Amino acid sequence: MTATRAIEDFVDPIWRNNPTFVQMLGMCPTMAVTNTVINGFSMGVTTTFVLVGSAFFVSLFRKSVPNEVRITTSILVIAAFTSLADMFVAALAPTIYKALGAFIALIVANCVLLGRMEAFAQKRPVGRSVLDSLGTGIGFTLGLSCVSAVREILGNGTFAGIHLFGPHFQPMLIFMLPPGGFLALGFWLLFLSYLKARKKGHRRVRLWPVVVTRRKVAA
Amino acid sequence: MSVSGGHAPKSASLSTEMAADAPPPPDVRPSRLILILCSFGAACGLALALAFEWTQPRIDAHQAMLTEAAVREVLRGPDHFTPLYVSGGTLTATAPAGADPAKLDRVFVGYDQSGKAIGFAIPASGPGFQDNLKLIFGYDPATEQLIGMKLVDQRETPGIGDRIEKDLAFVQEFAGPRTPIEGVKAGRGQGNAHAVDMITGATISSRAVIAIINKRVQALAPALQNYTQQQGGAR
Repeated sequence: MTATRAIEDFVDPIWRNNPTFVQMLGMCPTMAVTNTVINGFSMGVTTTFVLVGSAFFVSLFRKSVPNEVRITTSILVIAAFTSLADMFVAALAPTIYKALGAFIALIVANCVLLGRMEAFAQKRPVGRSVLDSLGTGIGFTLGLSCVSAVREILGNGTFAGIHLFGPHFQPMLIFMLPPGGFLALGFWLLFLSYLKARKKGHRRVRLWPVVVTRRKVAA
Repeated sequence: MSVSGGHAPKSASLSTEMAADAPPPPDVRPSRLILILCSFGAACGLALALAFEWTQPRIDAHQAMLTEAAVREVLRGPDHFTPLYVSGGTLTATAPAGADPAKLDRVFVGYDQSGKAIGFAIPASGPGFQDNLKLIFGYDPATEQLIGMKLVDQRETPGIGDRIEKDLAFVQEFAGPRTPIEGVKAGRGQGNAHAVDMITGATISSRAVIAIINKRVQALAPALQNYTQQQGGAR
């Protein structure tokens, strides 16, 4: 376990270790609820709430919970926070609740959560764990918002419900349908790895298909 | 016999090897594990119970508001309306004792300003293309005509099946046709009082809405007729 500074715990999962684009965790909500920016963003915020809450309690009781029931208690805490989030969203934001539907309850099965509990909150002090979860949650929200922005703009011609183009805009319906989730995520990953390759000094790297052959040569 | 005899010593040696490799038994007493899991469970349960107490009234209030808006829409703005409870093929103004009024099968009867019943708003649900559709429709048993229709909950394909909710021309089709309604291709229903123009490309979703309404009207028609006659007789 390498020592990290508190600021790194917070910032690292937002960009360099982004849960969606780098760790590739939590793909189920990334595909399912990113058809509009508001849905994607709300899902991210709800997940952040569950993450921070569970990390706080898991970290607080990390010394009193024996190893044998470690994962059981983590799941119990995550499940409790998921149910709380479910009720709060239903009470405070009914329209969002209707749109997110069953996927709020499925936060409990999101591997980002158990991943952070096992990898971080089980071993570190409360403050650090909360920072790490908050960073992960913001990173996850950022990931979902990016994917859903592409899908909503191309698939519906709107951004957060605001019409961007004139009435003659023909939406690319496929981006609103389930395959659109895969396509939007794929294009984001392609774009981000292109940026990464550029940063590493491969100035002449070009987008597909040349980027594919170059990678093979490099390997 | 010989096979089992040959295997028995092997498995025995295997299990002893595994026992040697296995980690030492945990030094935590089972009672402590049970205590910890129980206390976590109890704490979580308490938190959920408190949250439920706080959120449920808000969720119910929102639901009631949605129902009221839907009833007003499908009855074309009644002056006021009251719920009736469907039990055993009859409609009653009061819920049967001991039952939760919100969970019973309800219809709403709407009145105009002079207190005359103008029709019933009837919630219904049934299978759509992807998931159950929930809708509410206005129905006038005197003329057997529909007054209006509104989808309350649907998960049809965005941009295709969800036009049953968002395509106002389709929603408008449910103002006026006589039951049993039948779906026809757009524009083919001229002169047919039962016709409802379906959405091209959303045939299954359109048919689902029509089937749900027909089924519900058929099931409730006797009860609605009885109720209207009783009310008329009383006046």
